[in-house]
Amino acid sequence: MFYQQLANALALGAVYSLFAIGFTLIFGVMEIITLAHGAVFMVGAFAGYTAATKFGLGIIPCLIISMAASGFIGFVLDLVAIRPLRKKKFHHLAPMIATIGCATIITSIYQGIFGAEAYRFPFDFVPNENYEFRGIQLTQLQLTIIFTSFILMIMMIFFLNKTKWGKAVRAVAENSRTGALLGIPVERVYQFTMIISSSFGGAAGVLTGLNFNTIHTFMGGPILHRGIAVIILGGMGDIRGAMAGGLILGFAEVLSVAYISSDFRDAVSFGLLFLILLIRPSGIFGKKIERKG
Amino acid sequence: MLELTDICADYGHIQALKGISLRVGRGEIVALIGANGAGKSSTLNTISGIVRASSGSIIYKGKNITKSHTDSIVRSGIIQVPEGRAILTTMKVSENLELGAFIRKDKRQIKKDIDEILTRFPILGSRLNQPAGTLSGGEQQMLAIGRALMGRPELLLLDEPSMGLAPLMVREIFNIIADIHKTGTAILIVEQNARMALKISSRGYVLETGNIMIEDTSESLLNNRKIIDAYLGG
Ligand SMILES: Nc1ncnc2c1ncn2[C@@H]1O[C@H](COP(=O)(O)OP(=O)(O)O)[C@@H](O)[C@H]1O
Ligand SMILES: [Mg+2]
Repeated sequence: MFYQQLANALALGAVYSLFAIGFTLIFGVMEIITLAHGAVFMVGAFAGYTAATKFGLGIIPCLIISMAASGFIGFVLDLVAIRPLRKKKFHHLAPMIATIGCATIITSIYQGIFGAEAYRFPFDFVPNENYEFRGIQLTQLQLTIIFTSFILMIMMIFFLNKTKWGKAVRAVAENSRTGALLGIPVERVYQFTMIISSSFGGAAGVLTGLNFNTIHTFMGGPILHRGIAVIILGGMGDIRGAMAGGLILGFAEVLSVAYISSDFRDAVSFGLLFLILLIRPSGIFGKKIERKG
Repeated sequence: MLELTDICADYGHIQALKGISLRVGRGEIVALIGANGAGKSSTLNTISGIVRASSGSIIYKGKNITKSHTDSIVRSGIIQVPEGRAILTTMKVSENLELGAFIRKDKRQIKKDIDEILTRFPILGSRLNQPAGTLSGGEQQMLAIGRALMGRPELLLLDEPSMGLAPLMVREIFNIIADIHKTGTAILIVEQNARMALKISSRGYVLETGNIMIEDTSESLLNNRKIIDAYLGG
């Protein structure tokens, strides 16, 4: 029973990590918190759903379409809401307000189209099979979710650490001025960061829709709150931190549902996050020093 | 090679540059000296496109770059080593060097150039996998210069390369600058250590509150009574 819960927790946490990794990358590189990341997640889920139901596509093409759609939304968000503020050397809070506005608009449009009811992926979208590893039952769905999340996250880490453009992204994250003086097109790095991070958010949307077998137009809110908690917990802007934080939150939620009560799910898990932050105020991987001079 | 004409620049209501005109010839070392806050860094940053000129023009190799973006200015061969600790502290020494070659595509030659930089700065070779922030001040400055060289500059802009370094290290950095010049790279060097800067340069400009006050050969500036009193410590 306990090990079974661990499998559930891993599937849940992996998706939180996937959502948070893009969220924290945007913060690390662009120094903004985009409160539209939940709406982007919802757009990704619906894009995957539409590809699955209207065009009968399988999970991999659905994920690709979802990532393309949410990446595009991320690009537009940057263009209309974030970039104009960047040009004006914005105050911290301005992009938050701008992205709340965008999130509201996107969500309203989707509610206009899809209403407020819940939608489901086709029931045989992921074959309903079980696998057993040393007594732990894993459904093919859980395996798919865990595998997809980790593959994407490993790709992101490889990109950031091993490729020329990935290193350019990290350089801009540390100091955009120094990055520019190396000949890095900083604006393009920002756009690229929004696209890639949003596409990860979209993939998380599809996987969440599959995990709970339901998607709806207001699914962006709860994940946004969790995303914020996770990136604070992990240390703002830190990729490893977002991964670890997502997994911790997943485990906290599943275990509190299993052993305490589902009514207290959020209270227990957010309480736990609060406790960790009391011990490490700047997060698990957070630096004590200020990021920039 | 580089010609600034009547460049003005401001930060909101602070007018930092009030009509700067200067030029740097091909392969020349030119010194820009002046007190703290005179506008030296602002001049370099305007050339690099980080600060926008409000009026005036910057011509580089016959092309008007006054409104160009920083990345295209860097790609055209003007590379700045900014003042202070301008390295990427969280990234490895090797990654700093690689990023210096961001604008280049000749992978094999980049590898060779890294080796060459490491023979010039052996201390960096033993630290390649360390975060650059763990280097000492002098080592960081060497890394910053080495990284700039990785971009194969035709014109190198150096902003106070000796700032905060011990005297022995200052001498070493100036030797390195003289070496770089010998390879044919033009250099515009900004320094508070005016004596050193004038000694290695052929011409110099003296900047005071956003204006060029004097322009002369470095030799006569070194013997100019006013300059000696004001900038060379009597
Ligand atoms: N980012 C900035 N914002 C506002 N004022 C600035 C900024 N950078 C420089 N200044 C002002 O512009 C003037 C010139 O500064 P700077 O070019 O840095 O001088 P220097 O490099 O000669 O010490 C100073 O009065 C300085 O206070
Ligand atoms: Mg300065």
